[in-house]
Formats: sequence, C-alpha cells, structure tokens
Amino acid sequence: MSNPQQLRYSKEHEWLSGAEDGVSTVGITEHAANALGDVVYVQLPEVGATVTAGETCGELESTKSVSDLYSPVTGEVTEVNEDVSNDPSLVNSAPFEGGWLFKVRVTDEPGDLLSADEYTAFSGS
Amino acid sequence: MSSTPLRLTALDALHRSLGATMTDFAGWDMPLRYGSERDEHLAVRTKAGLFDLSHMGEITVTGAEAAALLDFALVGNIGSVAVGRARYTMICRADGGILDDLIVYRLAETEYLVVANAGNAQVVLDALVERADGFDALVRDDRDAYALIAVQGPEAPGILAALTDADLDGLKYYAGLPGTVAGVPALIARTGYTGEDGFELFVAPGDAEKVWQALTDAGTPVGLIPCGLSCRDTLRLEAGMPLYGHELTTSLTPFDAGLGRVVKFEKAGDFVGRAALREAAERASYELPRVLVGLVAEGRRVPRAGYAVVADGRVIGEVTSGAPSPTLGKPIAMAYVDATHSAPGTAGVGVDIRGSHEPYEVVALPFYKRRK
Repeated sequence: MSNPQQLRYSKEHEWLSGAEDGVSTVGITEHAANALGDVVYVQLPEVGATVTAGETCGELESTKSVSDLYSPVTGEVTEVNEDVSNDPSLVNSAPFEGGWLFKVRVTDEPGDLLSADEYTAFSGS
Repeated sequence: MSSTPLRLTALDALHRSLGATMTDFAGWDMPLRYGSERDEHLAVRTKAGLFDLSHMGEITVTGAEAAALLDFALVGNIGSVAVGRARYTMICRADGGILDDLIVYRLAETEYLVVANAGNAQVVLDALVERADGFDALVRDDRDAYALIAVQGPEAPGILAALTDADLDGLKYYAGLPGTVAGVPALIARTGYTGEDGFELFVAPGDAEKVWQALTDAGTPVGLIPCGLSCRDTLRLEAGMPLYGHELTTSLTPFDAGLGRVVKFEKAGDFVGRAALREAAERASYELPRVLVGLVAEGRRVPRAGYAVVADGRVIGEVTSGAPSPTLGKPIAMAYVDATHSAPGTAGVGVDIRGSHEPYEVVALPFYKRRK
C-alpha cells in the first residue's frame, strides 16, 4: 500500500487533504483501516460541530473492536460522508477516496502533522 | 502483559506467507484474519473455510480405568460413549463452577482424547492428573503431539473426500475415526464450532503443512479460503455456542448457563461436583436468577462483552459476547438477563453502549441454524 503524497497525516492515523477554499477533507489511513478489520459502524461528528485537533470526534466500530476517531485539526465540520454512514465498508475498500469521513473548515492545525513519507516510516506501512 | 514468548503453531510460516493478521490468543500467536473477516465468515456459511486450531489443548487418557476416571472427573457419562464417537461435556469444580467445556473422543476401549480450550488446557490437565489418583489410568499432555486443522462449511465433505479413503458418509456428527488425509495419518472428527457441517483433523505437527496445502488445493476451486479466529467467533456466536470466559466461567454452573443437560446424575458412582450440582439443578428448576438469551440490535451499534443490559432505566443483565452478524446483517449478542426479561419478544430491553441505551430485541438462541 502507499500513502498519497498530497495528503498529510496524524499519529492517530487520520489523513488530511490540502485546503480548498479553506476546507479540508479527513479520513483514516489504509494502515488504520487494515488494523481495524471490517468497519461495520461509523459515528461521525455533526455538521456545524466544532472539532479540536487531537480530540475524539466520533467512533469507528469493527467486528472485533470500537475505536475513537480523532480530528487531526481544529475547525468547523462542513460536511460528513453519508455514503460511509450507509456503507461503512467504504472505509476498508477506499480509505483515501470514497471512504473519506468529514470535511472541516480549518481554524488551527497542530505543527506535528506528518508528510506521506514520514507517516509511512511512522506506521511501518 | 506477560513477557513469555508466544507459542507458534506448526503452520506459522504458512500464515505469514498468506499475509495473516496475527493475534495473541491464550499465549499462542494465531491468525485473526487473512483478509476480510466478513468474507471468511460467509465462505464458511456458503462454501468452506480452513482453520488452524492448533492452540486447542489435547490430553490423552489411557488405561484400564480411563473411562472410570473420566466419569469421576467430568460431569458427563463418558463410559457410555462408543468407540469412534465424541461427546460435548464439562469439567467442574467441587462447588459446581465450570472449569472448562470439552470435547472427549473415545479412540479405543481404553483410550480417550480430551480437547480443552487453549486458555484452560493447563488447568484441565492439572485437574485430571489430580483426579486420576487411585485410578488405573494415565493422563498425558499431548498438546505438542498434534496440530489441529479444521475444514468447515457445506463444501467440506466433498473437499475432504478427495483426500481420504475414510468413509465420510458413515462418519456422523460427533464421531471420529483414525484414517489418512493426503497420505498422512490423521484422526478425522466430524466436529466444529461454526454451526456448519465440517471436520477437525488431528495430525502430527510435521504433517500439518502438507495437509493444509492439500486441503487448499482441493478446496480452492469450490471457494474454500483460509479463515482466522475472528470469524470463528462470529460463526459460533450466530450458532449460539458458548465460549469459555464469556458464557461459561468458574462462577457459573452448567445449570446457570442453560446447559444442565450435560450433567449426568444417573451415571454410576460419584463425580467431582455432584452434590453442588444437584443443588444447582434443584435451584434452577424453580428459580433462575439470570438466563442466557440472544439479543438482536434494531440499530447498528455493536454490543460488547461486559456491556450492561437495561430495561426501565435499570440494569437487568450483562452482555457476554457481541458482534456484527454477517448472516443477519445486524449486531447480535448473547447476554445473561433477569428471568423476568428473558422471554423472546420482551419489550423495552436495551444495551448501554457507552452511555447510550440502544434498543434490542430478545430472541431465542441460536441466531442461525443450518438447513440439513
């Protein structure tokens, strides 16, 4: 697997796209999706909610476990991926594309987000 | 976490070459899944799945009084098991608490193979050795003598038939016979833990790769895939089969677990736990504090072991196992609930999922039963 070069990554295994009109897209990495196994339920933040970098904003449930979803940045949620709510397996089949989770108008971001190469080294895959 | 190195099965290198995600299970490094656990689950329900179960604990009991020892040490009527047949049974403490659930195969008039759960194998071994005092019988730790490979699912008989001369049609459910598979000696048993037809093959560890490969070659054309412990858990849960440490513990008797039928008071002679179990049976006949039931979610959040079952804002039980059910397409759980709320269809029952009370329907077990 390879982590897309144009994205940045958190150590909690979320990815963040470059901003478009100030809005970035968030998802979890393929490494995280593989570690979870089949995702069966996704609880996403609500549109309009404020999310904070490094804090939980939802949860991902797989066959064997439930995991918190962390926001990689601080900002206001502008959109959530209803397709993933209806078909959580998108997180496994297309984590960097159709399996995106939410969009956020970024007001602040931590200084320690990783590049693709740094994340690859960090996650070992 | 213990720093003891994990035990590896004879198929370890093969699992790694298949890209398995491994997990620590009772001190063994075991395949959790190879790809999607959902796909693995559905393969067993509709075609076939191949499992490495070498973590299970084999104990051989031999000698003129092997049957008498097992009748004393276990709650079942083991002396009545015919040669070539198997029995699901339990081993209890003197106070009736369940030490483990077991499958006992009678291999010969004076030879039995006892198969314990991996996490309890040492406890069962120690108990059998202690209880063997005074019997003309030998208890032998055979954990390292066997690899255990299971092929489960509707295609399993056809796949195995291509690799053995054994009379599979004559091999009934809960029977086991010695034979050869892929040219190597094997104890071929028609048992499993999936709710499907299938076989468990006890082979020498040195032969395990050969048998696994032969089953893979014979099964792949009909849809067999390797399967990990993750789907084994959802398969047994759908089939309503208890798992030690979840539905069965030392603080429960077989009667508390709804499995009082495994206790055979009519057998001759005393057995460990008889007096306490007699009392438990009487108690159960008029009052069961909690009953094991099935729960089916109306929503999509998954109940997990230890979550509270609630009704009218009050805790009425506890989830013992829970998972998304690939067959039903909904989360399911087994739970012990107050008898007042145990009838299928009882209204107003929920599970406290991390603070939120999610509605659940009480159903009779099992969730899934294969068509014969």
